[in-house]
Amino acid sequence: MRTLYHFHGGVHPPSNKTQSTRLAIAPAPLPSRLIVPLHQHAGETAKPVVQAGDHVLKGQLIGMPDGFVSSAVHAPTSGTIAAIDMQLIAHPSGLPNLCATLIPDGKDEWIELEPVKNYRDHSTTELQHLLRMAGVVGLGGAAFPSDIKLRLGKQKIKTLILNGAECEPYITCDDMLMRERAAEIVQGAEILRFMLDADEVLYGVEDNKPEAIAALQQAITASGSALQQSKRHEVVAIPTIYPGGSAKQLIRVLTGLEVPSGKLPTDIGVQCFNVATAYTVHRALAHGEPLLSRIVTVAGNVREARNYEALIGTPIDELVALSEALPDTNGYIMGGPMMGFALPGMSGPGPAVHVPMVKATNCIIVSSEKLFPPPPPAMPCIRCTRCVEVCPADLQPQDLFWFAQSKEFGRAQTFSLFDCIECGACSYVCPSHIPLVQYYRFAKSEIRAREHDKQLADQARDRHEFHEQRIEREKREKAEKLAAKEKAAQAAKLAAQPLTAEQQAELANLATSREHIRELAQSAVEHTTENTGAN
Amino acid sequence: MFFSPFISKSEGVAAIMLKVLLALLPGISLYVWYFGPAILVSIALASITALATEAAMLKLRKRPIAPFLKDNSALLTAWLLALSIPPLAPWWMVVVGTAFAIAIAKHLYGGLGSNMFNPAMVGYAVLIISFPMQMTHWLAPQGLVLAELSFAQQLQYIFSGVLPNGLTLDAITMATPLDTLKTHLHLDESVQQILNMPIYGQIGGHGSEMVAWGFLFGGLYLLASRIISWHIPFTYLGTLFVIAWIFHLADPTHYVAPLFHWFSGAAILGAFFILTDPVSSPTTNKGRLIYAAGAALLTYLIRTFGGFPDGVAFATLLMNICVPLIVLYTQPKVFGKKDGGKKDDQP
Ligand code: SF4
Ligand code: SF4
Repeated sequence: MRTLYHFHGGVHPPSNKTQSTRLAIAPAPLPSRLIVPLHQHAGETAKPVVQAGDHVLKGQLIGMPDGFVSSAVHAPTSGTIAAIDMQLIAHPSGLPNLCATLIPDGKDEWIELEPVKNYRDHSTTELQHLLRMAGVVGLGGAAFPSDIKLRLGKQKIKTLILNGAECEPYITCDDMLMRERAAEIVQGAEILRFMLDADEVLYGVEDNKPEAIAALQQAITASGSALQQSKRHEVVAIPTIYPGGSAKQLIRVLTGLEVPSGKLPTDIGVQCFNVATAYTVHRALAHGEPLLSRIVTVAGNVREARNYEALIGTPIDELVALSEALPDTNGYIMGGPMMGFALPGMSGPGPAVHVPMVKATNCIIVSSEKLFPPPPPAMPCIRCTRCVEVCPADLQPQDLFWFAQSKEFGRAQTFSLFDCIECGACSYVCPSHIPLVQYYRFAKSEIRAREHDKQLADQARDRHEFHEQRIEREKREKAEKLAAKEKAAQAAKLAAQPLTAEQQAELANLATSREHIRELAQSAVEHTTENTGAN
Repeated sequence: MFFSPFISKSEGVAAIMLKVLLALLPGISLYVWYFGPAILVSIALASITALATEAAMLKLRKRPIAPFLKDNSALLTAWLLALSIPPLAPWWMVVVGTAFAIAIAKHLYGGLGSNMFNPAMVGYAVLIISFPMQMTHWLAPQGLVLAELSFAQQLQYIFSGVLPNGLTLDAITMATPLDTLKTHLHLDESVQQILNMPIYGQIGGHGSEMVAWGFLFGGLYLLASRIISWHIPFTYLGTLFVIAWIFHLADPTHYVAPLFHWFSGAAILGAFFILTDPVSSPTTNKGRLIYAAGAALLTYLIRTFGGFPDGVAFATLLMNICVPLIVLYTQPKVFGKKDGGKKDDQP
């Protein structure tokens, strides 16, 4: 038995998972239309490469990754692009974003797929590029482009962790994927291991999913010869406790290591991927299929909770209709009840807007007043420290709340506000029913906004300094020109006499320093326009 | 629209306070058993005063009244204060003490959750400083004095200060065991001689030690239901024991044995119900250890060398002052800031 470690705190909310695991994953039928956001991942919005009216094939690129942290977006089925415009998307901000609307032609006609025959013949860089172009992002929730997490740093990666913990109540998409498609997860994990050159692969699965654990184990044994014996794949049943599936906590449980504050797991030789991401990596390389669909749990106030394999861009109301929302439905939650968010445009009696599902949509919980009664009005904090007892980040949530409320953001930061993982465990137990996490989100965004403002101010100051610099430089250049003229005259005098090594170096220096100043100027200008453009 | 988490497991502030009130019941029952029902009158008086003051203050501060009146916190203050003062205390003393506790110590500091001092102990301190005489007239346990008051006579005394014909206050009241000990030690009697007096029961005072058992029982219930953690009560009682034991070992004729300190006065009530008040105690576990140990030391010093009959209230108030500092210096290490992520505690 592997030694497991524990992290501080945690809670045991009712899991409500059995409702949606009774039935196998069902393919969702082709929806009437697909609304595909071009910004479904962390980082920059993908650049649209199709126009309204274009006919596209299933798997065709419609959004080109734009910038270092970005990922591709594809047409989930064949059909016609009806529009590329701003639409409401599933994001906590409730703000609209650029989306491509696709009317399916019903043929579901693929582009020509280009599977990678043997990934071991390719360099990691090539594979990264393939994943980026296949739109592979983390499917655990944050939707961070996977290729970036596979870039090798200085630190050797010892352990690759496959996150199958799925600790949030209601959500069972990973569970069902592990039960039904374990072999492909294991193959994807081996690809990831190969790319990272990790020594071991640990699958962390909460012990409330015995079927998933057994399926993974079986898949590993079955592919035993294919996986090199020395590079162990091991399924580890971890205790069921929320938020055991949060990356840092999972790493802690499996390895005993804490990712230092402000650092990445790779800094301590660990990398972590969701099991569904591994599955997608396998599909992307072995079959050449970009990320077009994912498993989504539909649960809560429905007649039949179930997991669906649905196309990215499927309107959520059409998806929910498959499970038949009950009449007293009052909204949809994307994600779990602990960290999810209420979808915009759905707070009224019936869903009003066709908000589409995205790559990060792991679960839609249909809510009702009975299932999720609104919390009673918040009372003052009584410093009971129940929140402290459950905080997995070892924070003092009641102090952070106090600082956030009184807008003492500096102090909030000194008391490690940014180490808060927003898991909601503190709010879950707070007897005063204070929406603590909401305060932390507010404080964080406020601090970020201030830092952004400060940066702008700094840049403005830089610009000013640059202006002075330019005047200086012009003066200097004039002087230099004069000097150069004199030198030239002298040189003419000296005629064919060659320059000394010293003189050569000096001239070269002069040239490069000028070059340098020009470059600086150039980049400063670019910077400025970039910023003003963005604002 | 509301925000995640969409679920909650908490029963709410009122339910927690209610459990604390319930946990006081065994002690209160034993109190009635040994000293008669007068204490119930003080508790009722204090409760009514507390609720009325709370409502008035909320109105003055323009806060919603209903949710706060229902949170049971004022009742808890009232009960703790009533349990700390003599049950035969005149009605106006109960009213003044409680009103002061709620209006000044709680609401002037910002109301629920913001009071720096334990309101009940502030009320107690005000009373003992203002009316030291009345605060020493404790009902003698039944069976120890010749005269006993009926409930009607107790009521009459509380509300009018009139005793039945032929009775003096001295015939029905006596100083507390702690007070008696102190007085007689001053008379150069030895601890052993003093403890032979009938007022001292088995451990710390006839009757009062049984009441302490009742509070201990309720306190253990609070521990078991995780309303309080072990840090404060165990450290407080442990430290009190150790200090008393050291003194007792050094000079048993002048320093009473440690168990006496546990079971007389408000030590047990303080350990489980007063010092553990979440609002006025530290929020860090390490801080709680320091806070409780400090309170124990102060309790011992005040009891043994000070001028007041008991030390729990002043020890609590003095330690309340130190809480912000204690909390500041006992901040636990945050996840990821623990010596470079070394493997440490295994489950
Ligand atoms: S759980 Fe709520 S009331 Fe208790 S200390 Fe934390 S924030 Fe305050
Ligand atoms: S939301 Fe933040 S403060 Fe609250 S328990 Fe989670 S990590 Fe701790």
